[in-house]
Amino acid sequence: MIDILQGYWQPLLYSDGYRMTGLAMTLWLLVLSCGIGFCLALPLAVLRNARSPLLWFPVWLYTFLFRGTPLYVQLLLIYTGIYGLSFIHNTPPFSEFFRQGLNCTILSFALNTGAYTTEIFAGAIKETAHGEVDAGLAMGMSRVTLYRRIIIPSALRRALPVYSNEVILMLHATTLAFTATVPDILKVTNDAYSATYDPFDCFGLAALIYLCVSFGLIFVFRRAERHFLAYLHP
Amino acid sequence: MFDLAGYGQQIFNGTVTTIELSVLSLVVSFVIGLLGASAKLARHRALRGIGTVYTTIIRGVPDLVLMLLIFYSLQIWLNELSDWLDSLQNSIDFEFPLDPFTSGVITLGFIYGAYFTETFRGAFLAVPKGQLEAARAYGMSPMLVFRRILFPQMMRYALPGIGNNWQVILKATALVSLIGLSDVVKAAQAAGEATFRTFFFISVAGAVYLVLTIISNGVLMLLERKYAVGVRKAAL
Repeated sequence: MIDILQGYWQPLLYSDGYRMTGLAMTLWLLVLSCGIGFCLALPLAVLRNARSPLLWFPVWLYTFLFRGTPLYVQLLLIYTGIYGLSFIHNTPPFSEFFRQGLNCTILSFALNTGAYTTEIFAGAIKETAHGEVDAGLAMGMSRVTLYRRIIIPSALRRALPVYSNEVILMLHATTLAFTATVPDILKVTNDAYSATYDPFDCFGLAALIYLCVSFGLIFVFRRAERHFLAYLHP
Repeated sequence: MFDLAGYGQQIFNGTVTTIELSVLSLVVSFVIGLLGASAKLARHRALRGIGTVYTTIIRGVPDLVLMLLIFYSLQIWLNELSDWLDSLQNSIDFEFPLDPFTSGVITLGFIYGAYFTETFRGAFLAVPKGQLEAARAYGMSPMLVFRRILFPQMMRYALPGIGNNWQVILKATALVSLIGLSDVVKAAQAAGEATFRTFFFISVAGAVYLVLTIISNGVLMLLERKYAVGVRKAAL
């Protein structure tokens, strides 16, 4: 394992000389997909709880489709499927976008985590204590103010433990990026495996790195929970 | 529109493989989960330690990494084992061939066993202790207590978690095509490459997973009703 580390520590951590690889790439994928997924999920979660079926049905369909199929299938569909459509192929901005493995990966990851996050946030919004809403209405808040000041902050706090779980699952899901030729940790260790034929050391090293990142994320989220959910502790 | 270009049979076979793989992995991880939960709740400190290390490591490492690690290493270890056995005696030629299907079942079972361990641990703890003590007082053996009292009640608490894990296993089987198993994803990929209609065929694979998800949701609802027999729900 030491000689693999000696040979591959640089691409494994941040760069292979001309592009970002390894740990840096994995974290970049995680931050981008979770960031886009979060921005997507927040308005969709509000719509998911709307009264009109015209509003909640499309959101329900989106989360159903993306939560009911494997992420790998979604990635294949976006990476190999869409580029194969002649309509996309012949439209320059689209063909430029879908030709890059990284773009397709981030798009599919963001859509996937967006679907799960929408359901998490929608569940939290639904379970807002009705007293909080009544109090807000009694203060004469408009619907927008009510959402902005009362419902969303309280729902996000309560969703934090479940959301942290989703982020860790997303970290695990980023390993699929290597199938779209994105040089993340698994791609680098896979290259090391092709060079050394030593699966246990190579993939064991990858497992160790992912384990450390998982623990780091768990630590950060524990701190965040202690901060944001302090009012729930005795 | 729905022209499978002669690849229908292949996709159907792939679907069957996917279902077989998921069900067998579910059975393996179910058993590992029961053992793991017993270990984590055991009196022996060493057993609890093993259980904790197992669930912590497995749940901290991505399933794809574990899959590659186990699939490639297991083959090498088995080869070494058979070489060693061969060197002991020359009369029999030992061989342990490992096809992607078996290693897929072993790997998925081993990984999701950790998730089941956590599910079952919580469910075991949810069964009131007095009931187990009462059963012991009736003179039931520990096995009988498990079979008649603990397991049926534990299942009620564990069912939502089991359902969740099942959905995750079903979707995780798509990863096994990466280690060479011809499941529904692999079949769809092959058909797509041959006909230049990748988008269509991958969508078909996605639709297969959607149908499987819908069916398993229905089965879960039936199971939940069965195990909730005799339980009064609070009327809100």
